[in-house]
Amino acid sequence: MKAAPFEYARAADVDEACAWLAADDGARLIAGGQTLVPMMAMRLARPTRLIDINRIAALSYIRQETHQDQDGIAIGATTRQCAVERDALAAAKVPLLARAIPNIGHAATRARGTIGGSLANADPAAEISLIAVTLDATLSYRAGGKTTDIPARGFHVGAMVTSLPEGACLTAVRFPVWQGRIGTGFHEVNARSSDFAFVSAAAQIELGADNKCKRIVIGVGAATDHPIRLESAERQLAGGALDPKAVRAAVEAALTDIEALDDLHATAAYRRRVAAVLAARAVADAFADAQGKKVQGNANAH
Amino acid sequence: MRIELNVNGTVHEIEVEPRTTLLDCLRDRLDLKGAHAGCEHGVCGACTVLFDGAAVRSCLMFAAQATGSAITTIEGVTPGPGELSPIQDAFCETHGLQCGYCTPAMIMAAHALLAGNPAPTREEIVEAISGNICRCTGYAQIVEAIALAAERMRGVNRPRSLTE
Ligand code: FES
Ligand code: FES
Repeated sequence: MKAAPFEYARAADVDEACAWLAADDGARLIAGGQTLVPMMAMRLARPTRLIDINRIAALSYIRQETHQDQDGIAIGATTRQCAVERDALAAAKVPLLARAIPNIGHAATRARGTIGGSLANADPAAEISLIAVTLDATLSYRAGGKTTDIPARGFHVGAMVTSLPEGACLTAVRFPVWQGRIGTGFHEVNARSSDFAFVSAAAQIELGADNKCKRIVIGVGAATDHPIRLESAERQLAGGALDPKAVRAAVEAALTDIEALDDLHATAAYRRRVAAVLAARAVADAFADAQGKKVQGNANAH
Repeated sequence: MRIELNVNGTVHEIEVEPRTTLLDCLRDRLDLKGAHAGCEHGVCGACTVLFDGAAVRSCLMFAAQATGSAITTIEGVTPGPGELSPIQDAFCETHGLQCGYCTPAMIMAAHALLAGNPAPTREEIVEAISGNICRCTGYAQIVEAIALAAERMRGVNRPRSLTE
């Protein structure tokens, strides 16, 4: 399995990468390459030119940022997944991301794979995309010398399809930081630990002093062609006591008319059913976590 | 294109096509056959090498991308000719290999793990090699080998009274 011939160039900065992209229709950016290189090996992708953005230092960072009074953790596009996995700041401020990251591929692919690469690749099963959608992260890209922000929910539009304009380079993602009594939950089901998820679910809640749910977000990945939010369930559950029966009913109702993927690995009916189970588990974990109870985490891991 | 590759402490200047993977470059140009070509698309782990200290799949990057980084292959982990590293030793002792196809990559994954975590739990060992497929051993002895190597490496340079 060998890739078709191509030209290779390392970009010194983002604007150079964008200019090269714009100049050549067949050119593609390469970040971690953990999806692109196998695609090239199987000749499913045949870029004429690879523009390597791995060595652009300005694209690799994890830092705290405040945007319009909203605290956030900003992560540069080519920051390695393993760097986020090990980062204490990211773990403390965006615990949901920290819960999800060990489920991405294996240690050896997380050592190369990047945060932005995974987002831009937009696989329906991508954990980072699910967390970005669940937390309403903001993505930034650069094109034509200008930086533009785009909400994660508007960015993911289909399987491997994003609203990133032609010739643009994703530069960063900003995850909002929640204050107060926060709890998170994440679950996925796959054939073997760390394989592509058939279904994944994430939830984050904020509890009030009365142990009632002040704020809740629930996301489901891999069930549909891009990650979704269970908005009707969120509306129903906010302000309540998160009684397990009520949670299950709310997520089930929110999932009834999704267009679930149907393939060799899992039928649409299976995905819809498992999505409800995992979403309810993620909410239960988040609830326990917010109360300081120990949470087992992804039941599927090992 | 001309690239500079730092492998096991030696810098080589090599002429490669951009599409040459790091794996093919190591095997075919530098004659380092320890990194094995199993699937060549990132699913078996047989091609694992250390890239700036981290275990990565050498079939999932192009040789041209490696300029400026330090690569370690299985050929680079032995203390001297004819000797074995403590991890290699442990694999022999616990029968951590049968056909040996997966072994160099397992050992590189173990090196990366133990460099950052001298006392891994069983779960951490399993997680560290979870991306490496072995079709022979059933993994039990591999996990045992890494645990044994970890224990020995922890004991190095410590007085016997503390390790026994
Ligand atoms: S040869 Fe690289 S992962 Fe199989
Ligand atoms: S020893 Fe044969 S594949 Fe692992």
